[in-house]
Amino acid sequence: MSDVVEKTLTALPSLLSLDSHPGSAKLSSTSKLGNLIRGITELTSKHEEEKLIQHELLAIKEQVSSPNTTMRQMKELMVRSIYCEMLGYEASFSYIHAIKLAQQGTVLEKRVGYLAVSLFLNESHELLLLLVNTVLKVGVGLHNIHHTMPKREFRIFDCRVLCSQDLQSTNLIEVCMALTVVSQMFPKDMIPAILPLVEEKLNHPKEIIRRKAVLALYKFYLIAPNQVQHIHNKFRKALCDKDPGVMTASLHIYLQMIQENPEAYKDLTPSFVTILKQVVGGKLPMDFNYHTVPAPWLQIQLLRILSLLGKNDQSTSEVMYEVLDESLQRAEMNHNITYAILYECVKCIYTIHPKSHLLEKAAKCIGNFVLSPKINLKYLGLKALTYVVQQDPKLALQHQMTIIECLDHPDLIIKRETLELLFRITNGQNVTVIVEKMLEFLCISEDDHTTIDLVGKVAELAEKYAPDNEWFIETMNTVFSLGGDMMQPDIPNSFLKLLSEGFDSVEEDRKLRLFAVNSYIPLLRGEPGKLPQRFLQVISWVLGEYSHLREDLEPAEVLSLLAKLLDMKNSSSETKSWVLMAMTKLCKGGADASVTQEVSETYSSSLDTVLRQRAHELQYLSQDPELRARVLPRGAKPETLEVDSSLSFLDRFVSEALAAGAAPYKPPHQWQEELDQSKALSLEPYGLSLPISMSSCSITDRQSPTLLSMSSGLSGDSADLSHKGGSSALKLDGIKRVWGREGYLAQREPVEEAAQVEVPSPIQSPGRQGEGDSLHSQTPTQTPTPEPEQEKQQLASSLFVGLASQSSVSLMGKSEPTPQRFRRKAKGQGLGSSFNANEQISSSLISPPSAVDNLLCNNLLDSNNSSELAEQTSQLSQSLTTANGTCHAEAELTESDTKGCNPALRRDNCVVAAGPGPHNDPGRLTEVCLDSYLPAELSGLSHSEIAPLCANQSLNLSACHVQKEDSLILVVFIMNSSESAIQQMLLQVDSEELEVSCLCNSLAGEVTSHSVAVGQYSLTVKRPAVHVEVVGTVSYQLPAGTSQSLQFSYKVPLTSFIRPFVVSTEEYGTMWLSFSHDTKQNLTLINDNQEPLTATLNALKKKLQLHVVEVIGMEGIVACRLLQDLPCLMHCRVNAGWLAVWLRSPVPDLPDCLIYHCQRALQSL
Amino acid sequence: MRFLLLFSRQGKLRLQKWFTPLTDREKKKVIRDMMMLVLARPPRSCNFLQWRDLKIVYKRYASLYFCAGLEDKDNELLALEVLHRYVELLDKYFGNVCELDIIFNFEKAYFILDEFLMGGEILETSKLAVGVSMEEADTLQEEEKEQEEVGKTDKERFACGRGLRE
Repeated sequence: MSDVVEKTLTALPSLLSLDSHPGSAKLSSTSKLGNLIRGITELTSKHEEEKLIQHELLAIKEQVSSPNTTMRQMKELMVRSIYCEMLGYEASFSYIHAIKLAQQGTVLEKRVGYLAVSLFLNESHELLLLLVNTVLKVGVGLHNIHHTMPKREFRIFDCRVLCSQDLQSTNLIEVCMALTVVSQMFPKDMIPAILPLVEEKLNHPKEIIRRKAVLALYKFYLIAPNQVQHIHNKFRKALCDKDPGVMTASLHIYLQMIQENPEAYKDLTPSFVTILKQVVGGKLPMDFNYHTVPAPWLQIQLLRILSLLGKNDQSTSEVMYEVLDESLQRAEMNHNITYAILYECVKCIYTIHPKSHLLEKAAKCIGNFVLSPKINLKYLGLKALTYVVQQDPKLALQHQMTIIECLDHPDLIIKRETLELLFRITNGQNVTVIVEKMLEFLCISEDDHTTIDLVGKVAELAEKYAPDNEWFIETMNTVFSLGGDMMQPDIPNSFLKLLSEGFDSVEEDRKLRLFAVNSYIPLLRGEPGKLPQRFLQVISWVLGEYSHLREDLEPAEVLSLLAKLLDMKNSSSETKSWVLMAMTKLCKGGADASVTQEVSETYSSSLDTVLRQRAHELQYLSQDPELRARVLPRGAKPETLEVDSSLSFLDRFVSEALAAGAAPYKPPHQWQEELDQSKALSLEPYGLSLPISMSSCSITDRQSPTLLSMSSGLSGDSADLSHKGGSSALKLDGIKRVWGREGYLAQREPVEEAAQVEVPSPIQSPGRQGEGDSLHSQTPTQTPTPEPEQEKQQLASSLFVGLASQSSVSLMGKSEPTPQRFRRKAKGQGLGSSFNANEQISSSLISPPSAVDNLLCNNLLDSNNSSELAEQTSQLSQSLTTANGTCHAEAELTESDTKGCNPALRRDNCVVAAGPGPHNDPGRLTEVCLDSYLPAELSGLSHSEIAPLCANQSLNLSACHVQKEDSLILVVFIMNSSESAIQQMLLQVDSEELEVSCLCNSLAGEVTSHSVAVGQYSLTVKRPAVHVEVVGTVSYQLPAGTSQSLQFSYKVPLTSFIRPFVVSTEEYGTMWLSFSHDTKQNLTLINDNQEPLTATLNALKKKLQLHVVEVIGMEGIVACRLLQDLPCLMHCRVNAGWLAVWLRSPVPDLPDCLIYHCQRALQSL
Repeated sequence: MRFLLLFSRQGKLRLQKWFTPLTDREKKKVIRDMMMLVLARPPRSCNFLQWRDLKIVYKRYASLYFCAGLEDKDNELLALEVLHRYVELLDKYFGNVCELDIIFNFEKAYFILDEFLMGGEILETSKLAVGVSMEEADTLQEEEKEQEEVGKTDKERFACGRGLRE
């Protein structure tokens, strides 16, 4: 039929030019758009089209700016501008007129105006502000009309605006238009302006308006969740709306909210189940049917919500079994839409707590999908299989022949999806076959995104399951060649790291390295110009480090091969600097000298500074073998380099600069905040920003596909999560956890299925299996020609080997039949790390070899959970002791900063050695006795060491601070060291950053000789700073009558004000969204024997008195508050050997201060 | 749903709707990539594609390709039916709709889409309701004495067999 249309189209120009014909005459006379279209169709070249459109645009431009143009004409002009823009020509001059049209036109003109606006402007366009006004006007106008005007006036008003009869409907159209535009393109900082009006519409009598209002709010929620938080109860009202359409619309918001925090909405489960029951039972009006299926959109939405609610929650899951069963049964019609429902049903059943008879049905469904002759269903079947295969590998076994057929499917999409499935079932036994298939696909794939993704997967499988050295190196060579320069930089990074760190056996390491060297030499001898830059960089590094392992290879030869790379035209300067580095390692003088001399001379005058530096290094080191041996020792073990990321060695410089009047440093984000005058909080959407969420992890974290899904969101998580405790709300998309060692598999295996499914050995003929399986009878493999069949069977046995045994161990981690060859040490520097020659070498060498295996990690997590519980119970009792710990730590930390007056702290009886300065001595002498002057109510609590502040002939001032649970008390001791009494003593204490309130003052104005007066002040933080300072003055009168004063200052570390902040995960989530000040930084992880995240968090907790809210996998959330009530939340995630920390607080500067202290705390360990 | 595109077999864009903000450059890139990907697909192949992190669902109706970009959580089959329902709506409105209707009355096609989808989500599933609201608008239009049924009258002249059918 399409041919007919094409004929029509080709005939179009001639037909349209038949001016004599009445139809086309009308077209040409009344419609300029028609003219334009006709004109374009007649053209033969792109160039002509360009000319015509430019001409057209000029004409439009002239007309739109003419004052005589009516709105009606304007509407027509806009349509033409839209057309031109659609063809790819810019008509920006018309944008402002589009807005004008939306502002001033009649309803229909407005509509075109809005359409033009929505097509022309994007979110950031400056003209949008004008549009907001327009929308507001409409909104406000209507708002006023509805609520304030008497009915008659309202009619008059409307008539004037719209010149039409049907008031009600025209009105609606206007509101609808405004809402549509609002939902489509509203910039987030303008939401507050429009929000109340949209909210208002939730109560509109017309359901279509309510629907649109709800959807508009949904969009707002996605853009800026914290701004619509206050209307949650209105969402509930929308959920209960009598119009099913409004209710359906509200489900979008619920899906989003439940995704972020399922725990908070568990109570709605029965309601959702009831709604679904009613829908499935056909209780909705016929209007909602789609091809006789009742409200499929609604059904699917509900199924998604239910799967989120039922995940890892047996009791909630039980509520929904019945309705899921019913949904499966009802959806039996042979139509796409029912398949869509079935697919969602299956996903839901496999996500929630397992129920055996539902799983059977779901498995059957997946079977039907996979075996379907319809290609779309097959595709979805494969996706579903990928999703469930880790918990139910037998399902893959059942369909192995189909899978193999899909592997040779002519449609690349199907092929690609099959590889995804195979990737999930890879083990030590089938890895070579699967990787081979993947590489085959890579050779034909043209899509960059697919290549990057697949290359990453191959690299990962190779590292994980490589059967031997040769295979590993060869596979990686292919990966580097095919992946080219697009691949993720961490692939070469971790490959080099793996080589350099080595494994358990020295001999094995040597062999692996030698093999790598051996494989690279022929590559360089061949046509190195064809290899990607990244690969060349890897080759140069490996040759530089390990070519000495091959004894028959002269360094001179390697050097000349490397020098050849330098001469190649397409070598990037990055590659060149790698090559130069490698040459520096290799050159020994003597015969090599000429080559190196030449090279270093060429590049020592290079414009590229890095290259120039490398060249100079090469020059000097090649001439001085002794120095070279010291700088670049051969076979050196990777060492850990300490990097002081907080730059604390500059503290002194900074404080001096500050004292000299320099402006304090502001981090860039703070600058921006100050620049942004907008009142709106600039927050990214929760789901995207908080890295706990699944989506962000799966995209960024290529390295752990066993832990997270990679490109396919369908895939469940891996065994890693299976040990995790059940109650946490912030889960990754886990489906595995529910599968215990003798969990579901044992329950659900009915005898007959076991008979056909429990393929005892991988060698078993798949054909036979097919006979036993009724589903298989549908496959075309039943009567194949013998030869390809045999091939396929062979392939099947090699692909699905190990699966059966794997299933019987029930997936407690990927328990391998063969030991993993390359047991990974900690993964290399992450995605973000640039693949820079200078940094890379060091970073790949320095990372401490913290061998954290996934399984190990799990165990630790478990113990961690329990220990955390114990800690929580004893938290109150502990808090004071930890306070001591804090003081202790601070003592060391603050030493360097506070010079003259050193508030060295002491921990009960053990005095921390504080550097004895000249001022200290008098303080020290009096210290013991001052202790006893500590007010009785404070004496039981831990206090910092009593530090001398200042002294003169008559007075000795000292101070300390005492940590109480809800306050910090500053105690000032004034000792009269003179022989006579001191009178009219007045002590004043103040601070810029702190709120100081006097608690009790025993200074009765007079201090007798050799006695001590004590002042107590309660301190709370007004404005956070890294160190806060209290300044004070003592004024007094000597008996002689001369009045004197003495000034002092006392520094208190901010850490003394930190208290644990006990919140639940849900509360944390809510608060997180509402806090506007944040900062992000990478901290070093503690790598002792423990799991690094837990170890680091525990250390922070101990040192800084933080409260660890929850630890999930590689992430942890921590909360603390600064006295009195300045909360700060901290989100930590282990990422590529670092602890990526993100702090948020309602208080400016607090996150920055806290991050500083975290850094210091971790360094001091 | 992230976006919806309609383009012809010749690679001419007929309608574009973006449900998430993108810059003009990104839009152009998406349009170009979609045409490249979709137009190159052989007949009878899978209607689903993967493009970057998006799922692409496309369907050909006569000479027009309907192409939607979905987020990962979205259901492909359902999206296919969304496209189909849109075609049904166009068909109902224009009466045996063909590409010419959409070329000449593209703004109408946009309005119908706005009645049907909002922000990438289904707003109104009832064919009837969408039809009614479109008619209401058209009544208004007639009041304003604008008769822009150009494409339609033109089309009537080659009435047979040009509907947007698979």
